Amino acid sequence: MNPILFIVFLPLLAAIVAGLGNKTLGAPIAKSITTGALFASCLLSWPIFLAFVSGHAEAHVEPVLHWVRSGSMTFDWALRVDALTAVMLVVITTVSALVHLYSWGYMAEDPDQPRFFAYLSLFTFAMLMLVTADNLVQMFFGWEGVGLASYLLIGFWFRKPSASAAAIKAFVVNRVGDLGFMLGIFGTYLVFGTVSIPEILARAPGMAGSTIHFLGHGWDTMTILCVLLFIGAMGKSAQLGLHTWLPDAMEGPTPVSALIHAATMVTAGVFMVCRLSPMFEASPAALGFVTFVGAATCFFAATVGTTQWDIKRVIAYSTCSQLGYMFFAAGVGAYGSAMFHLFTHAFFKALLFLGAGSVIHAMHHEQDMRFYGNLRKHIPLTYWAMMMGTLAITGVGIVDVFGFAGFYSKDSILEAAYARGTELGTFAFFIGITAALLTSFYSWRLVFLTFYGKPRWSQSEHIQHAVHDAHGDHGHGRDDAHDHHGHDDGTAGYHPHESPLNMLVPLGVLSLGAVFAGFVFHNAFIGAETGGEFWKGAVAFNEHLMHAAHLVPTWVKWAPFAVMITGLFIAWYGYIRNTSFPAKVASEFGVLYKFLYNKWYFDELYDFLFVRPAFWIGKVFWKQGDVGIIDRFGPNGAAWVVEQGTRAAKNVQSGYLYSYALVMLVGLVAAVSWVMSGHWQ
Amino acid sequence: MSSFPILSLMLAVPLAGAVAFLFSDAPRARTIALAATLVDLALGGMLWANYDIGGAQWQFVEKVPLFAGFSWALGIDGIALVLIMLSVFLMPVCIGASWRSIEKRVGEYMAAFLLMETLMIGVFAAQDLYLFYIMFEAGLIPMYLIIGIWGGADRIYAAYKFFLYTLLGSVLMLIAMLWMVHEAGTTDIPTLMAYDFPIEAQKWLWLAFFASFAVKMPMWPVHTWLPDAHVQAPTAGSVILAGVLLKMGGYGFIRFSLPMFPDASANYAWLIYTLSMVAVVATSLIALVQTDMKKLIAYSSVAHMAIVTIGLFAFNVQGLEGSMIVMLSHGLVSGALFLCVGIIYDRLHTREIDRYGGLSINMPKYALFFMLFTMASVGLPGTSGFVGEFLSLAGIYQMSSWVALVGGTGVILGAAYMLFLYGRVAFGEQKNADAAAMPDLDLRELAMVVALALPVLWMGVYPESFLAPMRADIAALDARLARARPAGDAQLTAGKPKPAAADHATLESAPEGAH
Repeated sequence: MNPILFIVFLPLLAAIVAGLGNKTLGAPIAKSITTGALFASCLLSWPIFLAFVSGHAEAHVEPVLHWVRSGSMTFDWALRVDALTAVMLVVITTVSALVHLYSWGYMAEDPDQPRFFAYLSLFTFAMLMLVTADNLVQMFFGWEGVGLASYLLIGFWFRKPSASAAAIKAFVVNRVGDLGFMLGIFGTYLVFGTVSIPEILARAPGMAGSTIHFLGHGWDTMTILCVLLFIGAMGKSAQLGLHTWLPDAMEGPTPVSALIHAATMVTAGVFMVCRLSPMFEASPAALGFVTFVGAATCFFAATVGTTQWDIKRVIAYSTCSQLGYMFFAAGVGAYGSAMFHLFTHAFFKALLFLGAGSVIHAMHHEQDMRFYGNLRKHIPLTYWAMMMGTLAITGVGIVDVFGFAGFYSKDSILEAAYARGTELGTFAFFIGITAALLTSFYSWRLVFLTFYGKPRWSQSEHIQHAVHDAHGDHGHGRDDAHDHHGHDDGTAGYHPHESPLNMLVPLGVLSLGAVFAGFVFHNAFIGAETGGEFWKGAVAFNEHLMHAAHLVPTWVKWAPFAVMITGLFIAWYGYIRNTSFPAKVASEFGVLYKFLYNKWYFDELYDFLFVRPAFWIGKVFWKQGDVGIIDRFGPNGAAWVVEQGTRAAKNVQSGYLYSYALVMLVGLVAAVSWVMSGHWQ
Repeated sequence: MSSFPILSLMLAVPLAGAVAFLFSDAPRARTIALAATLVDLALGGMLWANYDIGGAQWQFVEKVPLFAGFSWALGIDGIALVLIMLSVFLMPVCIGASWRSIEKRVGEYMAAFLLMETLMIGVFAAQDLYLFYIMFEAGLIPMYLIIGIWGGADRIYAAYKFFLYTLLGSVLMLIAMLWMVHEAGTTDIPTLMAYDFPIEAQKWLWLAFFASFAVKMPMWPVHTWLPDAHVQAPTAGSVILAGVLLKMGGYGFIRFSLPMFPDASANYAWLIYTLSMVAVVATSLIALVQTDMKKLIAYSSVAHMAIVTIGLFAFNVQGLEGSMIVMLSHGLVSGALFLCVGIIYDRLHTREIDRYGGLSINMPKYALFFMLFTMASVGLPGTSGFVGEFLSLAGIYQMSSWVALVGGTGVILGAAYMLFLYGRVAFGEQKNADAAAMPDLDLRELAMVVALALPVLWMGVYPESFLAPMRADIAALDARLARARPAGDAQLTAGKPKPAAADHATLESAPEGAH
């Protein structure tokens, strides 16, 4: 049997066994089965990926089962493996396996562990179905499947109303994008008569310049199709306008945020654009739209990230911003760079999230960075892991020598944008540089607030609870020498503990990825000579653009480094050197600060534009429409007429001959005039 | 098998059961009802197994002339087959759902259900126009009784409304039928399906049939009987109402309106589109603000049925097949959702959403299946709901992108109201002590929800089993509709590869196979 079958279906099998077995099976067995399945998938995935890297593998499709055949519309369950899939396979299975392992520690106290692990494995299955899709509909299956898993995992702690609300929001906002995706599929079928991805891609260039009507307007065919499909990508990848669900999704347990809302699911949109890259290449306008949305998101999310206090929200906005980089990379035609950034980002962002989880674990579920500080002395291993992640995301490296993972991928994106030579490409480049400055600032701000300075733990309610509970449990028998009232060092007598080994091992493995993933694989993904060999047509790899990107002026190559240093310096000045500085800036630019802190007021705007009107209109349709008009003049009206009619009939049946005669006459006249007015045909 | 009158037997078994109740007490009535419906399910299985896919269009044909051209004519094609399967499959579930909750007049109750089963199978199997009419209209009576006698507090109003609405449409349909028989000289449905009525007459006939089917469906704005009927009906009544009775409207469109009046269907397609688009948006938004679980699901049914009508009038294979799958899927899923409501109603005797909450804690099995059916209702791929919705909308997109877009908003709104419902019922804190004390599914309930869950997944993963029997019939209908098919709004025109080649050839606006 083909290994891809095991890679994809083992997680499903594990999810079913763990999910249905649940309490009867018990947590240890459920955890072992799911984690074991994922490690098996992971071990089977790497050889496939390495075979593509070494250039020995060919794309192939493994058929599974017929799905739908309706007239000329047919699509089957099938697993496609090519270079693009192989990249996603290792990303998904590696991060997922590590997150499973990490969750042994992180979720150890939770009573619902089998359910949690079943959801995680179910998610992995859906994601794998998405990336192995050979037709658009199976991609959509995976697309919605990960949406379901995301909904279940965001709402995992379903007792919290905020978690339940966030889960619904994530699903519904994604559905807005999915409607675009669906319309895109319909349009594609209308134009090409098929939903098979290879067939569409082969014929897409031939459709360039054709026109089609959509909603009564004439459009360039490929532009409207790509834009519709891209709206789906915007939903899943939380791009500007459809991003509002991602920060709220942080209600889910932190391992979920690492796996779904950083490394894998949210990158599905980027994957889609790359998978369909020959289609997008046929429409410069659609690519321009992708570039613009990507760049705008990149900037927007980075600005918001600089002001947030919740450690997970900072990383969430950072994810949003990095996804923007990937999209504008794809928009300028650098699909290799987009996928490369997806690949490196998966490692360092999963690392940052899991590191944050380790911090939260140590700080007794406190997530507000205002109550952190000085933690590097208490949880040094977590500190170093977070440092590796931060060095990777800020893109630390020396040109032509060595750099952390993000250095290669982000620089490649920025250089390609510059090298593109179009106005939009240059715009994206400058936006990207600005966002890189902000990235550096908010990333170091996170590190400095968390790990440096003095402890500020004592104001945290979570910490106070922890200390109080500890004393409640053990403190009574002892004398007051160890009482927490005596601490004025900001620790409140709390002692953060380093996380257990099953959480530290994933951090270690991901740190390796954050350090070396860029250096080791950059030739395969983005090398002008070697890239084509690796991709083998799985994405529209543009050798010329990659060549041009190598030849950009020196200042372009060093600009990311310069802004990285600048961001680091500002963060150091504001959060270590002169800690009153940020507050001063915030009050100086009060309006701007509020605007950013409230995330550009998107939630308030959507609430005002969509949510409230939906409920209001629903009430109106119901009370005024159904009850007030239809029922009133329909059945209830009929009842009233019948009642009045019987009363009238009672009067008519008076026994007087003339009234009967009158009725007869009226009937006769009516009948005759009907006959005279022509036959009833 | 061809000479064995299996269809008549399927009609006779429940009828015999219904008669037997006149002489039995409550416990025995339940057993007899279950046995009769299971026998019919087994007969249905035989029917399906012996149905020859790719064989004659009409199979298991029986014809006994009675009087004045009226005959006992039965026979099925693939479309009727799958709907009969749906009916006989849901019936035992209905009996199971009434096992404990019905305590008064059990014999009569079961008799009403079995009578309804006979009539439902009769509707789908009838090949004589009058026979169809009798079955179609008589189906009202047992449902009227079920709501009016075993219903909730406001049952009389609901039953009256239900009866008034459906009867009004039927009268017009009967007049149209009389005229048709007069014109064509036959009551044989297969013959009438190929008969070309004059185009002007088609319009009137179409409107008369529409009056009846639109109410049954129900389409906006003649849908207001449905929420009341559902709210007042006992659980099993809701299951069969949503599961099968609503499908009679769709069946009517696909069996009568489209093949008999293809030109009028094309002529009035705009009317169907308009009403369906309004229905999707309006009833979805209404569902969002409901506080009564059954009302919410009833309104969602109206929205789903609008997808059926949209697909039916797409005039292509995807639309027609999609509509059929939506009907089957909705039959199972909405039936299952009403059952889910019934399960907790039996425990707490309220349909108020706010009285529940946090059921995932004390009823995890229930929460799992409720989740599955919720997802099937919102059309998650892998469940039956997706296949139908996707094909229907793919079909209508080829005709009108506007209708596809507005119909597609149901995808978003459906997710909103269903997940909002699920969130309020199964998530959150256990704020009500009595709801928190409710026990999880017992064996009987588990058997019912599992029985419904399996075909939902089957149809989602491998719908071929259900599409294959209908394929030839849909293709035949599609061919019949071809002459009337309106042009799509896509107007795809090829581009100019080079400025020199200035001739722009017009491409087919629909994919090849759709013709």
